[in-house]
Amino acid sequence: MPDESKQNKPKTTSEAGIPGAYEGESVTRRRFMTGTAHGAGAVAMAAITVPSLAIGVAPVFEKHDQPWQAIGVPGDFDDQSYVPKTITTTAGVGEVGKTTVYVRKYSQQIDSEKRDEYNAYIAISSRCMHLGCPVRYVAASELFICPCHGGAYDKQGKVTDGPPVRPLDRFYTRLKDGLVEIGPRFSLNSEMQRFSPRDPGQPVDGIGQYIYPARPTVRKLPGS
Amino acid sequence: MPKLKLPIPPGLKPPPKRPSENGHGEERGRLKEVGVSAVDWIDERTALSGGARWMMFRKIPRGTNWFYTLGSATLFAFLSQAVTGVFLAMYYDPNATRAYESIRHLTNEVFMGELARGMHKWGSTAMVVLIFLHMGRTFFFGAYKYPREMNWVIGVALLILTLFMSFTGYLLPFDQRSYWATIVGVAINGTGPLVGPYLSDFMRAGPEFGATTLARFYAIHMLLLPGIIAALIGAHLYLVARQGTTAPPWMKADNDPKLRRDEA
Repeated sequence: MPDESKQNKPKTTSEAGIPGAYEGESVTRRRFMTGTAHGAGAVAMAAITVPSLAIGVAPVFEKHDQPWQAIGVPGDFDDQSYVPKTITTTAGVGEVGKTTVYVRKYSQQIDSEKRDEYNAYIAISSRCMHLGCPVRYVAASELFICPCHGGAYDKQGKVTDGPPVRPLDRFYTRLKDGLVEIGPRFSLNSEMQRFSPRDPGQPVDGIGQYIYPARPTVRKLPGS
Repeated sequence: MPKLKLPIPPGLKPPPKRPSENGHGEERGRLKEVGVSAVDWIDERTALSGGARWMMFRKIPRGTNWFYTLGSATLFAFLSQAVTGVFLAMYYDPNATRAYESIRHLTNEVFMGELARGMHKWGSTAMVVLIFLHMGRTFFFGAYKYPREMNWVIGVALLILTLFMSFTGYLLPFDQRSYWATIVGVAINGTGPLVGPYLSDFMRAGPEFGATTLARFYAIHMLLLPGIIAALIGAHLYLVARQGTTAPPWMKADNDPKLRRDEA
């Protein structure tokens, strides 16, 4: 049945007997004009929405470079106590673009992960992994404590109490030209394996690393 | 005389002049005529008086009480926010290094700046409270039922948009409290699975709180959301006028045919 109706379908307006048909006209002028008007409207709407949405969403896919920055000489740090250092994560926005990092030397007694080229110095971010409040290192109790919702982390940055979902983030460190330098941020799971940086509140253990995908443009350093 | 029918129902029309008043106040009469003819000129070209009559002189059910003013109160709160917001924008600088200083200047040095900012700040809380009271009235009076479901849906959208307004506006003073509240708020958004991380980056304009985050919040707060809210308030009011208000649930329908009065 459908085949038959297709075969019988008139190819031109004159075949269909539509009044005012031109010779060889396959679509009525009225239908053509309606389509043109709709098409022009769609183009006009796209001209408004495409550029607007594009610049609104663009920052999500922009590359965010964090250059290595020197924070001191090796003599400033030891392997037992943390030294707070201020680094710049976003340039040109004053205090807002700065963050506090707690730095010490790698220690066989404290650190469980293997020594490699990026962890001669352990640089721990002060960003709480519950919702991003600033944690403070309390030397007396050897804990990082968050003022907002009671999150607490041990000397290694592992969660000991409260709502945080993963250990404190860290920054890559290296020794260059006699200076200790801090590089990009990375996140850790509870086994202290490195992951591309995630926001606070996003666990990377198990399924977490898949349901909280890392940014396509901000990844951990290759081979680390 | 102009043919304008003022939007006044028959019962409220002023009584005809007494004969003794004739000849007095001729000047006033002429002034009134000028005003009426000006309004008439506009009405003849726009037919606005019909719409005004339709909007303002509606039949309302018996038992209508003070709870029915909560919607108007919310509308007033929104208008207050809109007007004070426009004037606050004349002093505000959405720049990460200058925002706090511009607010400090407005609050401490501009004549009545503290009052204008206070109206906006406390008015926002009042608006949220009024919305919830208005919503509670609608719920407990059963005014969300057929045929008014669509107006409930619009109302919920307005509630959510108002909460977005509160969230985006909270950052703008750019003191420690607003900065950290926004850090936490964006992180909460980020805990949504799959889309959460992208949503956070969209709100912050990148992986870190950066140079355009404040401008982004400001634009959403003062341009995007107010426009959508104003449009939806228009739709909300249109549906109220079209469907009328409901009687309170304790009012019984008049079933006695003797009490019924047929009105054409």
